[in-house]
Amino acid sequence: MLQLVLTGVLYLILVIPVGRYLYHIAAGKHTFADPVLDRIDDVIYKIVGVDPHRGMNWRQYALALIGTNAVMIAIGYLILRIQSIGIFNPNHIGSMEPSLAFNTIISFMTNTNLQHYSGESGLSYLSQMLVITFMMFVSAASGYAACVAFIRGVAGKTKDNVGNFFSDLVRITTRVLLPFSLVGGLLLVWQGVPQTFSENIVVETLEGTFQVLATGPVAALEIIKHLGTNGGGFFGANSSTPMENPTILSNLIELYSMMLLPGACVITFGKMVGDGRRTHQESKKPEHALPAHREGMTARLFGAEGRSIFLAMSVLFVIGLSLCFWAESQGNPALAEAGLSQSMGSMEGKEVRFGVAQSALFTTVTTSFTTGTINNMHDTLTPLGGLVPLLHMMLNCVFGGKGVGLMNIILYAILAVFICGLMVGRTPEYLGKKIEGREMKLTALAIIIHPLLILAFSALAVATSAGQAGITNPGFHGLTQVLYEYASSAANNGSGFEGLADNTYFWNITTGLVMFLGRYLPIVLQLAIAGSLMKKSYVNESAGTLQTSTVSFSVILVFVVYIFAALTFFPALALGPIAEHLTLWG
Amino acid sequence: MSKKQSKKLLTPEILKQALLGAVKKLDPRYMIKNPVMFVVEVGFFITLLLTIVPGLFGETDSSLRTYNLIVSVILLVTVLFANFAESVAEGRGKAQAASLKKTQKDTVAHRLDEHGDETIVSSSELKKGDVVMVTAGEVIPSDGEVIEGIASVDESAITGESAPVVRESGGDFCSVTGGTTVVSDWLKIRITSDPGNSFLDRMIALVEGASRKKTPNEIALSTLLISLTIIFLIVIVTLYPIGKYCGVQLPLSTLIALMVCLIPTTIGGLLSAIGIAGMDRVTRFNVIAMSGKAVEACGDVDTMILDKTGTITFGNRLAADFLPVDGADRSELIRCAALTSLHDDTPEGKSTLDLARRMGDCSQEAPGSTFLDFTAQTRMSGVDLPDGRAVRKGAADAIEQYARAQGGSIPSDLHTIVEQVSSLGGTPLAVCENDKILGVIYLKDTVKPGMAERFERLRAIGIKTIMCTGDNPLTAATIAKEAGVDGFIAECKPEDKIHVIKQEQAEGKIVAMTGDGTNDAPALAQANVGLAMNSGTTAAKEAANMVDLDSDPTKILEVVEIGKQLLITRGSLTTFSIANDIAKYFAIIPAMFMAAVPQLGVLNIMGLATQNSAILSALIFNAIIIPCLIPLAMKGVKYRPMSSGKLLGRNMLIYGLGGVIAPFVGIKLIDLLIAPILVLLGI
Repeated sequence: MLQLVLTGVLYLILVIPVGRYLYHIAAGKHTFADPVLDRIDDVIYKIVGVDPHRGMNWRQYALALIGTNAVMIAIGYLILRIQSIGIFNPNHIGSMEPSLAFNTIISFMTNTNLQHYSGESGLSYLSQMLVITFMMFVSAASGYAACVAFIRGVAGKTKDNVGNFFSDLVRITTRVLLPFSLVGGLLLVWQGVPQTFSENIVVETLEGTFQVLATGPVAALEIIKHLGTNGGGFFGANSSTPMENPTILSNLIELYSMMLLPGACVITFGKMVGDGRRTHQESKKPEHALPAHREGMTARLFGAEGRSIFLAMSVLFVIGLSLCFWAESQGNPALAEAGLSQSMGSMEGKEVRFGVAQSALFTTVTTSFTTGTINNMHDTLTPLGGLVPLLHMMLNCVFGGKGVGLMNIILYAILAVFICGLMVGRTPEYLGKKIEGREMKLTALAIIIHPLLILAFSALAVATSAGQAGITNPGFHGLTQVLYEYASSAANNGSGFEGLADNTYFWNITTGLVMFLGRYLPIVLQLAIAGSLMKKSYVNESAGTLQTSTVSFSVILVFVVYIFAALTFFPALALGPIAEHLTLWG
Repeated sequence: MSKKQSKKLLTPEILKQALLGAVKKLDPRYMIKNPVMFVVEVGFFITLLLTIVPGLFGETDSSLRTYNLIVSVILLVTVLFANFAESVAEGRGKAQAASLKKTQKDTVAHRLDEHGDETIVSSSELKKGDVVMVTAGEVIPSDGEVIEGIASVDESAITGESAPVVRESGGDFCSVTGGTTVVSDWLKIRITSDPGNSFLDRMIALVEGASRKKTPNEIALSTLLISLTIIFLIVIVTLYPIGKYCGVQLPLSTLIALMVCLIPTTIGGLLSAIGIAGMDRVTRFNVIAMSGKAVEACGDVDTMILDKTGTITFGNRLAADFLPVDGADRSELIRCAALTSLHDDTPEGKSTLDLARRMGDCSQEAPGSTFLDFTAQTRMSGVDLPDGRAVRKGAADAIEQYARAQGGSIPSDLHTIVEQVSSLGGTPLAVCENDKILGVIYLKDTVKPGMAERFERLRAIGIKTIMCTGDNPLTAATIAKEAGVDGFIAECKPEDKIHVIKQEQAEGKIVAMTGDGTNDAPALAQANVGLAMNSGTTAAKEAANMVDLDSDPTKILEVVEIGKQLLITRGSLTTFSIANDIAKYFAIIPAMFMAAVPQLGVLNIMGLATQNSAILSALIFNAIIIPCLIPLAMKGVKYRPMSSGKLLGRNMLIYGLGGVIAPFVGIKLIDLLIAPILVLLGI
């Protein structure tokens, strides 16, 4: 317990300066590294011929994002298909099969990192670097860029300009992802994570048999895997293997590197929205301006609007973590009956060096922040312990990954203000803008996509023989496996419940589609919402206005998220993990 | 107003009409306008089909027939309840429209041609620009403007106010409404509307709801409800294969039942009724809103621009104090002032007498006194007492002249007092007895009682009030301070009003104002909520989006509250409807899956008797909650002005938490009732 609390407190301390830094990057403000990085950026702009100051409207921005990603998908697919050529391929890995290559490239471009292959046997070093590691940077940067554009929209400083996609992509990569990766990567190397181009090591074990120790340029991938909330491991066993995650310290480094940036996004949001408001108020005549009320410390650190969102996310996170930790600590009654001590909790599928607490924490973090990396096998979690990661991917807004989590929770916030706004007797408004038919339509569409993808494809999988063929553990657990796979794809999480024989045409293609649609449709819709909100003029704020920067709004937001998600997924969850739990303990 | 309303909530006439309307509205072409209820209707048709042919979709269990029948009946009733709610709301409007229509009977009109010759035509033949003559006892055939004459007009047909009003040519009292009756004298009227398009016609259409369009907020809320419906459709459609995979064969009717329980039927069924009822509440308040959008905008009002005269103050100058000059006795001044006012029926005179009486004066009329009325020539009034004394009150300079003529002198401080009163925005009336000037009556523009509290209430809900007045800044400031408005514009011209409205709107504020004169028309049009007085000009009424038939400008305050109430009702019932789903899940999910997964029985926390009774109880609750909430939808959620935070907390507690708990209790009760019946039926 204590270690969980300490980890949380340290996170709160770390996230504030990172949030501040990210805000400076997003708002184009001065940072200490500008003298060096400005020059690097200028060189990049010159080479690719981009004018970083040319503003885009939301349509141009979305088009630039999708266009850029499409080009990368095409190139990446090609590399995977021809990776057998002898460049950086000491282990002589063959080319990838088309449906798997399709799945893999979409998986990495959409920041999902669902892996239907095993890294050590499926990818050459060239692919690991040019496709996997490269995509980890650009897909994360694309997500953050979309988020920054979205924030600019809702903050509403201008009427049309959400920023320049290319400039955002470059700035986020050179100023956030690369430097953070460099530091974090070296820390991981210090903890013993390999970073080498040599071929795999073959060792003779104590029993006299030979074992291949897979290795490679792991540390570089490892750090961006977490920092970019990507989650695709160098090896099949992901961060549970000592080669990727050797110590408790490396475990903490990985935890923080996935938690910091999504949390920082919320702070960026709070600060930029605050800026937008201030600019608006200053533009008014001084006699009409509201007397500047003093902001509390937390409001200054997180931004008033960011604080309530951050609080709501934290509450959701802590509830999930507590449930997962509790469920895992209870152990497994079936194993207890077989005479195995469950005093350490359910240790099946967990690493002894992490134990129940760090495993539960890692599991909750990786699904809340939609990274998808794992340090224990989710398939062997207790039913309720496994429900938490599943649920958090279904919510997809408990911090969420690479900025999209923030955009998702704003959708729920729009729903919340719509209902609550009416209850205070005004037509709804959020962040000083009226929420009307068009915004509701877009919000509703964006919210429908997620359950539609998860439930419809799960139903398809369990109803067809092609889908059923992949299920290794029929019954309630099998249903959970299927739900998990699609929830992970739709939320662009990428963690596997594993246990699913998923490298088949059916699974490769369906999950590929789900990842693709689950990524780009919401982003386009969310940018459209931002584009629609920024055109509106500010409405007046008075004592009759619904306050969204309060604790009570956070509480309402938590309820809205739970009610909408629980109502949607409850029947499926009842037949999956809940039925399994009741059967196990019944 | 509230008494009248609750009495009229459901008359037998409306009930009959509504029942008929509920059935008529079953037409799918009509139902599709309300997608949530349309889904329920489709569910009804499917279950009905399954009742007739139970094995239609490959279901083998023939014992399902009775069960399917019960489900289909409950679904039908659910749709009927929703239709009934809408019909009741419409019925109340229609009843009112019917009484208006009676006044719209074809009347005879005396049309005048250019030469002044009269021809008798039917009122329906009158066109814009025609000139008609209406004499005492006749009904004004159509809307128009008085071009000649002065007459008293009985407008009770429209306003319900029995006291006749004066209409004359020119100025702000020149517009007349078709259907009203000239009581005395005659009027020459130029018709200003074409047949079928008069104010009365439009009012009838509005009240009937014939030209009702969904308001922007209603559209946005419908979007939310439709998306919820789609989400649950997805849930239900996918649940069938998922259930099958887990070994649960779900009967189609059960899936439909679950879906109907989950989609927001409560708010879906009541949404249009809430909107119509909101308009109706405004109408009952004798204000005609030209659109639902206008009522909605009322809820958002940030700034109110109010005319001082008539809205904030009585407009008449009333006695506020007696100020004696040096050397004069105050009680003497009061006595004389009272004497001159004994038979003075002007508001000034009456209030002087009132004030004197309150200050303890009890002087009575001496027999044989001669009273002199106020005239424009003398500018004073007074009384000649039988003992020869002459007492006068009037304009300061007139009294000065009078006293001098009598040989008196002017007290040295009279001018100071007069100026002091003027500077405070008051009117000084000097009083003299024979040649001796005693002092001054301080007449003041008096703020209506309760205004300060009302503005305080508005401030609490974040509405700023700005007073417009033609007075000088000093007077305006005095009244503004006394009334407690947030701002004022002195020496206000009509252009100033538009300027203020635009300025406020530039800050993103929603502005409401009242007005009556023609020169108010542009400002009324510019304001987000413009409330015109029925006594006002046609131009003002055309420009406004609401017309107050009683011509009481203070009503804008209540109209704003009605607008807020409408929105709150919508939000509260939406919250209630969604919160209900939690209990329904706990009723239906265990019931659906218990056969295959007995352990899920733990979720049956209500302890419902059987699977079928659990599902049917939830479904029945879902249906009867609609009529249970009709009164709330009609009357609106209680609204008390308070800060947004408190209001939200309060409504969340009642409708959010209440919405979670109520169905647990309701479903359990229904289950207790129907379980034995179901046993008898063998299901």
